Formats: sequence, structure tokens, C-alpha cells
Amino acid sequence: MRFVLRRLGFFVLTLWAALTINFVIPHLLPGSPVISMMARYHGKLHGAALKAVEAELGVDTHASLLSQYAGYLKNSATLNFGTSVQYFPTSVTKMVGPAIPWTLGLVGVTTVLAFVLGTAIGAIAAWRRGGKADSILPPLFVIGTGLPYFWVAIMLIMLFAVINPWFPTAFGSDADITTGWNAEFIGNVIHHAVLPAAAILISSIGTWVLTMRNTMVTTLAEDYIRMARAKGLSSRRIMIDYAARNSILPNLTGFAMSMGFVVSGAVLVEYVFAYPGIGYMLVQAVENEDFPVMQFLFLLITVAVLLAVLVADIVTALLDPRTRSAR
Amino acid sequence: MATLDMSAQLRAPRRRRIAGANLFASIRGNGKAMAGLLILFVFLVLAAVPQWFAPGDPAASIYGRSLGMSAHHAFGTTAFGQDIMAEMIHGARPALEIAIISGLFATVLSVLIGVSAAYLGGIWDNVLNLLTDVFLIIPTLPLVIVIAAYFGHSGTTVMIMVLVITGWSYGARQLRSQALSLRNRDFLQAARVRGERRSYIIVFELLPTMTSLIVANFLGAALYSILTASGLEFLGLGDPNSVDWGTMLYWAQNGAALQTEQYSWAAVPGLCIALLGTAFALLNSAFDEISNPALRPVRRIRAKRTSS
Repeated sequence: MRFVLRRLGFFVLTLWAALTINFVIPHLLPGSPVISMMARYHGKLHGAALKAVEAELGVDTHASLLSQYAGYLKNSATLNFGTSVQYFPTSVTKMVGPAIPWTLGLVGVTTVLAFVLGTAIGAIAAWRRGGKADSILPPLFVIGTGLPYFWVAIMLIMLFAVINPWFPTAFGSDADITTGWNAEFIGNVIHHAVLPAAAILISSIGTWVLTMRNTMVTTLAEDYIRMARAKGLSSRRIMIDYAARNSILPNLTGFAMSMGFVVSGAVLVEYVFAYPGIGYMLVQAVENEDFPVMQFLFLLITVAVLLAVLVADIVTALLDPRTRSAR
Repeated sequence: MATLDMSAQLRAPRRRRIAGANLFASIRGNGKAMAGLLILFVFLVLAAVPQWFAPGDPAASIYGRSLGMSAHHAFGTTAFGQDIMAEMIHGARPALEIAIISGLFATVLSVLIGVSAAYLGGIWDNVLNLLTDVFLIIPTLPLVIVIAAYFGHSGTTVMIMVLVITGWSYGARQLRSQALSLRNRDFLQAARVRGERRSYIIVFELLPTMTSLIVANFLGAALYSILTASGLEFLGLGDPNSVDWGTMLYWAQNGAALQTEQYSWAAVPGLCIALLGTAFALLNSAFDEISNPALRPVRRIRAKRTSS
């Protein structure tokens, strides 16, 4: 229980840090893009709306920095993130809402798949240490960790959508298909998701393979493994119940910690495929200089990663008594 | 980022002079390290003297547009009439500059924060550790995008600053855990009993035993920097007039290279990023093995028996 409380405390603290970073960046850098943007929107926004945007972007000269910060925290707590300047007067939250399921579906499913597959491959490589699989696979996956996500995406489009037109080059689904829970639409969405999912999978799986292999190699040197062998247990049982089981937990912690990296890569993959998710929207907001949308998306992505970490932490605590006793 | 090295802490400390000699021997005996070094060397040569291989201004639009591969243009030309090969060669310097400089600064920051946290202990450890965790979790690319967007089109200096700020945390965490496990080893206790100053112990006793992990972290940070920087340039958040691989990809994307079948325009710069990234990743993994002997490949005896 104490462990979970500690992690909750950490969650709140990191959230506060992210909020503060989000506030500080525009105030530290009262850069020309903001001022030029404000100049463009002066005709469009009036009264309270203008004031709100000004306060949000740190060009409100009337209020003190501290009171601006207090107002910002209050707005964030009440989920009031202002309005988009590009698509005024749509509220930021309303605008971003439809993009969330796309990203959750694509990035969420692919990340879990990469973790499960990667962990399995890593366990097998460690178990067959010195064998053929272990001499070929790990170096191959090391190379995988060196590939830029967005270039893998471009190459997949080139090979499997342009040269061989097997898959669509972009978007989440075809425009002429009606959205709904029917086989046609779902099939269309899956057909569109294959290449972006493959790009994320190829670029992220290496990390899980390597961490799992390295943890398991260390675990295999433990005395209880030798004990299990001495008892004459079957290899399969030693590999799965003894070695893999004890190596997965550190890998799970690593998984949580690396979520930020994967999500970062996924942003670029979404952009390359013009996939209608959060990442593509973030890049579009940058191109349109739509700062309120951009800042909200940064917060949203951070919160999503934080939640994933929190879940991983609680699962670890439930499964592994050692973490609970750790200070 | 490469492997999360949980077990680096198990490594037994070596004495410092022997450590240096061992390091070189280990690199020479490691296939991954040699492959990584070879790729890195090729790019270093290109970066040092690009005009030897591609004289003239690589950005000049002086050739026919969208030419295919030929003897004159090994990879063809862009839709703006630039030679892709020349741009590729001149792209090596900015890529290495960003990777090495921000890798170095991020590593210095990791060492400072990670080792101080472990060595000072108590409240300092808690505060620095918390800071590390916060920076580790905040997704870097969205943060970098937001910062870069406020800077407008960012030059190299801004880019490096942002990469350092977002790239130190992973290394700090690893170095902290290794320093923690070394803290109570005999040779450090002995130094303390001798009455050495804390700063002396950290710089001359503790850090040398951590050399290979520090090098591994530098390589990891350099890998992170090259991948993130090219991602930013690809989004158009770098300097759009510079000649580097990420910017080439940005123009290839904007010039609809794939749709107009100019495949080499999109493939070549990305392949260079991937190769340089691979070089850093291979070296990083090799240094993980060097700093943690448990991970080294098993000696040939068994491998030979299975292959013959």
C-alpha cells in the first residue's frame, strides 16, 4: 500500500512538473512566432477570448506572472484548456477528442504487441545462449534500435504501398466508407493500420528483446536455476517458470520507463501516414502555429504515458513482493 | 536507447590502469564494436573532408531536375536539381556534430547528477532521483517539438541545448545505480579511511571504475540525439536551408519524392541516419557487454560444436 501511495505521489508530482514546463516554455521564450501569431489573430479574437489566449501564451502584460500561473493551474484543474486559434472558437478539448481513439488503437495495441513479442524473443535468445538464434537475433535487434521510426515508415510506404500497392499510403480509413461498428469499416481501418503498426513494431521491438535477453542472462546465472536443474526439472519448466518469470518484472519496469520514447517515435509515424491521431494533430498544430492545441496535446501525451507507468508500477507491486518492501 | 542494463551494478571494480588497457583489448575482441567503429570511421572521414568527395556547394540547384541514377549522379538528383550524393556526403558533418556535442554534454550532466545523487545520499539523492524520473517519463519528442516550435526555425545551438536538456535522464539513472553499488566497496572505503577528500574519491577512484558505463551512456545519448534531431529536421523544425539528412528528408517529403518515383531521394538520407544510428547502437551494446561481463557471448567451444 505504501508503495502505491508513493507512486501516486510521484504521479501527481510529475503531472505538476509537466504542467509547469508547459507554462514556463512560452513565458521564457516570448518568441516572435507568438507575437506574430497574435498580430494575425487580433482581428479574429475579441474581448475575453483574446485575453484568455494572451494569458495562456504569456503575452498578457496586465497580470503578474504569479497570478497568471495560478490562473493557468486553476484552468487546467477544471479541464479548461482554452480554444484553438486556428479553428476558433472550437475548444481545444473538443477538437482533440476524436483523435484519441485512433492513437490509442494504433499505438496502444502495437506497443503491447511489441512488448509481448520482444519479451518472448529475448527470453528464447537468452535460453539458447551461444546458439544460432542468439548469435543472429540480438545484433539484428541492436540494428533495429538504431533506425529512425519515421524513415522506417517512409520505406514501408515505398515498398508496400507505392512500388507494390498492397496497402494504402495514408490516412486511418477511406473517406467514402461510413464510420461505424460494421465489418467493412473495421476491415478498412485494420488495412490502413498495418503499415504504421509495422513501422512502430520494427523500430521499438529491439529494445524489449535486448533488455529481456540481458536480464534473463543474469537470472540464468542465479543459484536457484542451478538448483532447479539439479532437481531434474524439465528445461521448459526452468525456462518459463524460473528464468523468464523472474526476468519479466525488471523488463516491465523498463517498459514503463521507455513508454516516452515509443510514444515519441509514434508521433512521427502518425505524421508520415497522415494518421488521424494525436501525433499527426500535434505536428499540424505546430505547422499552423496553433499554440493552445499544441500545448494541450503535449500535456495529454504526458498524462497518457504517466498513466501507463502508474499501471505498470501497480502491476509490478502486485506481482513482486520485493518492490513493496523497497523503500 | 539500447539496453536497460539492470545488472551493470554487479560488475566488480577493476584498478584504473588495468581498466584502460582492458578496454582497448575488449573493443578489439568485440565484433559489434568493430563493426560500429568501421561505420563511424567512414562517416568521420566524410565529415572531415566532404569537399574531397563532392566538391562545390551541395545545395546549389545546378543540375537537371529529378534525374535518375547515372554515372554522373550516383543517386540521381532532387526535384530542385541538386545532386543527392553530394548532399548526402555533406550531411555527415552536421549529423556528427549534433550527435557528438549533445552526446557529450548530456553525458556530463548524467554523470554530475547520477553520481552526485548516489554519493551525496539522503535528501539529495531523493531530490535528484525524483528529477531524473520526471525527465525520464516526460515524452521527449513532443516536448522537443513544443520547445522548437516556440523558437521558430531553430539553429544548431538551440537544437543541441534542447537535446541535452531532454537526453540526460536515462544515463543519470544507470550511473546512479552503478555508483550506489560501488559506494561501499572496499577500495572506496579504503580511500575514505586514508582521509582523502570526497571530490578526490569521486574523480580519481569512483569515476575511472565506471568508464565503460559512461562511454556506453555517451553512445546512447549520441544515438538519441541523431534520431531526435533528424526527426525534428524532418518535421521542418530545423534550419530548412542547411544541408543535412533530416532536412533532405523534409524536402523529399514536401517534393512528393515517393509519389513521383524518386525513391533514392527518400531512401538515401534516411539510410545514412540509420547507418550512423546503427553504429552508435552497436557500440553502445558492445560497451554494455564490456561493462557487464555476464552478457558477453559464450566462448566458441559450444558454438563450434553446434555449427559443425
